[in-house]
This record gives sequence, C-alpha cells and structure tokens, in this order.
Amino acid sequence: MEPILEVKNLTKIFQKRGKEDFVAVDHVSFRLFPGEILGVVGESGSGKSTVAKLVTRLIDATEGTIAVNGKDITHVKGAALRDIYADMQMVFQNPAGSFDPRRTLGDGIGESLKNHGFSKEERRKRAVGLLEHCGLPEEFAGRYPHEVSGGQCQRAAIARALAIGPKILICDEATSALDVTVQKQIVELLQSMQKADGLSYIFICHNLALVQMFCDRVLVLRDGKVVESGTPDEVILAPKSEYTRRLVDAVL
Amino acid sequence: MSKAVTVRAQKLRRDNTKLRLYIFLVLVAALLLAALFSMRLAPYDPYLQNLDEAMQPPSASHIMGTDQHGRDMFSRVLVGGRTSIFATLALVAVISVFGTVVGTLCGYYGGRVDSVVMRISDVCLAFPGLVFAMAVAALLNGGIGNAVLALAVVSWPKYSRVARSQTLAVKAEDFVSAAKLAGSSSAQVILRHILPNILGPVLVTAMLDIGTMMMELAGLSFLGLGAVPPTAEWGNMMSTGRSMLQMYPWVVLSPGIGIFISVVLFNLLGDTVRDYMDPRNSRSG
Repeated sequence: MEPILEVKNLTKIFQKRGKEDFVAVDHVSFRLFPGEILGVVGESGSGKSTVAKLVTRLIDATEGTIAVNGKDITHVKGAALRDIYADMQMVFQNPAGSFDPRRTLGDGIGESLKNHGFSKEERRKRAVGLLEHCGLPEEFAGRYPHEVSGGQCQRAAIARALAIGPKILICDEATSALDVTVQKQIVELLQSMQKADGLSYIFICHNLALVQMFCDRVLVLRDGKVVESGTPDEVILAPKSEYTRRLVDAVL
Repeated sequence: MSKAVTVRAQKLRRDNTKLRLYIFLVLVAALLLAALFSMRLAPYDPYLQNLDEAMQPPSASHIMGTDQHGRDMFSRVLVGGRTSIFATLALVAVISVFGTVVGTLCGYYGGRVDSVVMRISDVCLAFPGLVFAMAVAALLNGGIGNAVLALAVVSWPKYSRVARSQTLAVKAEDFVSAAKLAGSSSAQVILRHILPNILGPVLVTAMLDIGTMMMELAGLSFLGLGAVPPTAEWGNMMSTGRSMLQMYPWVVLSPGIGIFISVVLFNLLGDTVRDYMDPRNSRSG
C-alpha cells in the first residue's frame, strides 16, 4: 500500500543570532498509511509540535522531504500550498486560541469553504451539519469562542478541520487542554470520524494511556530524534530504549 | 462577600467609563459641529476689518474682544477652529491609516524590507517631532496643507510601531495558523484576522494623538510654517497677537482657549476610549 504521507530525514534547526543553533527535529522519518492512526509521544520539548508544524508547512524544514500522496510538498508555495490543505488539516492544543476571538465559530468552520468559493448559504448549512456531526447543536455556529467551554470549542475545531474533507488530520495535543472526561469524549469523536471517513491521523500526545488505546503505531521522540517505533503494545509494554522505559514508568 | 463587593466595584467602574465615554463623545461631537458650521454660527464676518473698533476689550457685543484690524475675535476663534480641528483630524487619519498599513505589512512579512522601514522609523522617532517637522515644513514652504504633510512625514512611525508589535503578537496565535490551514492567502489572513484584532490599540493611539497633533500643527502655524494670514487659524492668530500680549491679552488668550479646550477634550476622550478598550474592563465579564 502506498503511504498517504511520507516524511524523510525531516530536520529543523532554529538559528538565532548570538545563540547556539538549536536542533528541534533531527532526521525524523516516518510513513502514514491510509486509515492509520500514528501516535507521536515524547516529553515536553522533544519536538512533537515542531514536527506537526513542519508537516503542515506552517514553518519551513531545514532539511528533508515531506510527500503527500507521493507528491513532494516540502517547498511548494502560494496557491499550490493552499491546495495541499484540502487533504491535510490540523486540530490545535488550545481550542479557544485556535478561533479568531472576533469571529463566530460558524465563521471559522466556514472559512475553508469560503476560500473554495462556497456561497454564504451553503457555508451556513455545512457548518451546521458539521457541528451536529461533532455533537454540537446548530446555535453554536453563532457563538464566539469565549462563549463556549473548552470541550465544545475543541469539537468545533474538529468540525472546522473536517469541513473541507481532508484525508489526513494532525492532532497536536488536541486533548491535553481538556479535562479527563471531555478528553475521552473527544477521542471517541475522533475515533468515530476515523471509521466513518477513513481518515488517517497523526496523534501527538504525551498521554501514553490514550496513545495505547487509540493508536495503531507509535513513534517515540526525544530531543528531536525518533528513539523507538512500533505498535503501542510493543513500545509501551516492552520498551526497548531506556528513555521509553522512563516515559512509561513516569505514568505508572 | 468580598468577591461580590469586588464584582460590584468593577461593574461600577465599567458603568462609569461608559458614562464618561458618552459625555466626552457628546462634547467632542458638539465641538466638531461648532467647527463645521462655524461660518454660520459666527456673529460677525471673521475677515471683515473695522478699524474703528480695533483692539476692543471683551464686551457684550464682542465677547472675546477684537484684534488690531477690528475683527471680532470670537468669530475668528470659531472659524479658526474649523481649520485647526479638521486639519488635525485629516492629519491623524492619514498617518494612522498609512502607519498601520506599513506596520502590519512589516510585522507580517518581516525580512529585509521590515528592517529598512523600521530603521527609517527609528530615525523619525529619534528626533523631537516638532523639530523635524519644522525642517520639513521649511523645505515645503508655508500653507496649512504643507504643515499637515510635514507633520505626517515625521509622525507615521508611531503607528507603524504599534501596528507592527501588535501584528507580531497576533501572528503567533493559533487562529492565524488555522486560517492558513483553511487555505486563506496572506492578504486574506491580514484583512480577516490580523487587522480586526490590532485595531483597538491603533484606535487608542490615534485618539490620544489628536491633542498632540493639534498642538504641533498650531505650533508650526505659530512659527509661520503653517496657515498663512489672513486665514484664521489658532496658531497663527496667537502668533500675530503675541507682541500685544501685555496690552491686549485677549488677542492671544482667545485662540489659546480654543486650543486648550479642544486638546483637553480630545485627550480626555482618548483616555476614556483607552479605559473602555482595556481588557480588564472587558464587556463579557
């Protein structure tokens, strides 16, 4: 099977004048297959979020390649880059911060549709449908981010990410800012979406229990390097590296 | 108990701010209307000379007295206000729009253009504004239009600084990344998400700047670099009257009162707008 996303030797070096270069991501390679859920774990500062930003091209890679559906997107720009986002979307860690405080959730959900030329009426209809799909009643389309709870806002963020019908969804600590019961609901929502639409996920998370329950395969990152990969059971129940063992021990 | 008291105190303060905002808005609106219709409101023709009545002290028929040509000071202050106030508003409008556009683009795109533009604005900010404006105005010759231009040339960096720093802060927010992922182009991101979110601080800067700009514009006119006599304008009215300050103080004091009232009003309004926009004063709380 062809991977839907293939990352090879991805490297990001942050350079600042008067400071030593900081290698945030160091030759990371992985493949994501259609319908697969890939977990990325690691402690704070291990480069998980940087990987997400690199893959979505929010920041530019120093080295390496990113290919979506076999097409190299490492250096595409402008309209070609915007086309990629029809296949790849992201859910952010902080739900409230991922919506413009001056615009309604419905506006946010409809933005990608607007950019693809949908009419106002069509956007409204779709936004309401997506909200319902994500378990929110239609009046949420008219609410502002500060008027809803974190869990509700994250549901809206998932609705927004799904609006354009992507194939890859990158969840960057999408459940970390939520409390435990809401976390479970969001994960269940993501699971049902994945089954219904055959989505592929990159699930960035530092909660190993969640990863074990939710993911097909896991990458363990440390200081920007992949130290271990495999199925959750292999990695979590029988860790090969000292670092993974410590990560697991820290939870149990 | 104590929490309830704090909440009530906050609510009171907010109501207070709102009330102040309305009061100053009404007063400023009155000032603007007076300036707008000054030609009709003025009891006498501000340019009509009548040497028989020159240098009259304030009286029932001339409440601010008359000047050396026998022109009614009150009418001249009213009509002069139109020049001063609208030139100032035009000036602030031009520099705030221009500065904001430049600052937003610099903040959003960064890079070499940003460095160059910011160095230029550093140069402008390093000089005292009025001194630099005098040099530019002297190059351009007199006239109120040129005085506005001279002040515009040296005053826009204030706005580009504010807009740039705000843009840098907003640009780092997740919702900007989300907008990019929604397929919005840079122009769309700036227009839909950046500008609406930086407008508050820019507006406050502009409101607080009106008073300063009015004084600087009057200052340029006072120095003979702005409005040219016989045009009634507060700065040059004070300038022509300054040699008579000891004998006929009303000739200087009348336009001075005009400047004083408008500057204070605009500053108070600016202060109130700032309080009103303060996030700690948020309307949702």
